Amino acid sequence: MIPGIIDWLTDPANWSGPDGVPAHLFEHIWYCALALLVAAAVAIPVGLAIGHTGRGRFLAVNLAGAARAIPSLGLLFVLVLWLFPKLTGDSAFLVPTLIVLVVLAIPPIMAGAYAGVEGVDPAARDAALGMGMTGGQVLRKVEVPCALPLIFSGLRSATLQVVGTATIAAVVGTGGLGRFLIDGQKVQDFPQMASGALLVALLALGLDLLLALVQRGVVSPGLTGRTVRRGNTPVDVEIDPAGRTVDAPAR
Amino acid sequence: MKLSRITLTIATAAALMTTAACGNSGGDPLSTKSSSSGGSAAGGVTVGSADFPESALLAEIYAGALEAKGVKVTKKLNIGAREVYIPALQDGSIDLIPEYTGVLAQYFDKNAKATDADGVYTELKAAVPATLTVLDKSAAEDKDALVMKKSKADELGVKSIADLQGKSKDLVVGGPPEWKTRLTGIPGFKKIYGLEFKQFRPLDAGGPLTLQALKSGQIDAGDLFTTDPSIAANDLVALEDPKNMYAAQNVVPLITKSKSNPTIEGALNAVSAKLDTATLAALVKEVVADKKDADVVAKEFLSKNNLG
Repeated sequence: MIPGIIDWLTDPANWSGPDGVPAHLFEHIWYCALALLVAAAVAIPVGLAIGHTGRGRFLAVNLAGAARAIPSLGLLFVLVLWLFPKLTGDSAFLVPTLIVLVVLAIPPIMAGAYAGVEGVDPAARDAALGMGMTGGQVLRKVEVPCALPLIFSGLRSATLQVVGTATIAAVVGTGGLGRFLIDGQKVQDFPQMASGALLVALLALGLDLLLALVQRGVVSPGLTGRTVRRGNTPVDVEIDPAGRTVDAPAR
Repeated sequence: MKLSRITLTIATAAALMTTAACGNSGGDPLSTKSSSSGGSAAGGVTVGSADFPESALLAEIYAGALEAKGVKVTKKLNIGAREVYIPALQDGSIDLIPEYTGVLAQYFDKNAKATDADGVYTELKAAVPATLTVLDKSAAEDKDALVMKKSKADELGVKSIADLQGKSKDLVVGGPPEWKTRLTGIPGFKKIYGLEFKQFRPLDAGGPLTLQALKSGQIDAGDLFTTDPSIAANDLVALEDPKNMYAAQNVVPLITKSKSNPTIEGALNAVSAKLDTATLAALVKEVVADKKDADVVAKEFLSKNNLG
């Protein structure tokens, strides 16, 4: 089996043309990126609003929970059979796949966003309000930065799920790395299937690593515990002449 | 406590056996519905079928035709795949089963090469083991076909796959994913008919995806099976295959030699003479789409043709 996978992965014929690894890898990343962008554009604002206002939490939590139970493959078939007569060309294959992936990605992203905002230290929020910040300012300057670790955790979890599930697009005639799984299975070409699965796993790990690096770059060091231990240690704050709040220099 | 559990088990088993003995008209593989009390041991014939509706329907037709000639018939329908029911034929669990010439020849002889109906049938007769035999083949065939919308085929003026010469470059074709690499798919169209298509869409083997994509125009031509009732129901047309890219798959009775006799052969050959692809497609439609019982559909067919 292992030599078969190595042979398949090192065969130049599998690395070129419309059925090669680069083409299907690009399609796979394209579907996933599109689905994650749409899902994030919907789920992050909604999640932040729920976390900030505390309203609609019951509805959102339960809807998102129920959405997780939707079987992706079943939804895909229903959408394909329903949308084929309404769409033409490639979009007829792409749109149902995207809808399925967006539905899959929304719950974890939204959960990350509202849990992140909800979990912000009330003292920090009170302090921000006490300094005269408006609700919007509190959200932008305090809650979102503090919620970033959980927002990222939602995004990363959604990414893993979407990258794995995008393989089912191949069942309804779309491209992506799933082609190797489905086509290999139909002709009992197990090295092709295993290589496809391996590529999906590598892509998922690679994207997770990428997001971890982005997260490391954008999340405030004060939240990650990499610089100071998080806890009840008070952080001294001094007001600089311009009126901005800055962390006191480390002593 | 322990005693009562045993009693309960025995009672349940007894109840189940009673239920099984009653038998039902559905396709339950556990129910051995018998039209006579004798069963196969007493010189009767046990008819089996593969586990898909068309095979079970054909078995019902065979059974009905034999009963009409006074043969004792036992039915064991929906047995499973070829790998299961051929051994069952050889060990005497069943005596007769509806089969398809091309795939059966391939099963017994991996090197079977013929693709036309008579060639396949000759090869099959030579390949069948000594204890078994095939009777007359019918005109009815269940095999892959390249199907188009009738309006599209008329517009292009095509009746057969060969007519697509010079037109295929603008057409999107859909079929099961294995068509990408198999000689029954894209490589076959190129090698046998010299056709190259604009694009190949991997979908399913004669399933709902291909049908829907054909109907709504995502693909121009697609793979459906010749007895699929949805071809006629959706104004589609199966293109002829003059070069026999798809090997002939005529319906044929496969029977144990020692169980066969002139009465049985006469009855089954009379059935085969009345079956063609369109007739079989219409009968399959009654079972699959109209949800009629297979034995009722079989009886109607037999009485209409004075066979039962």
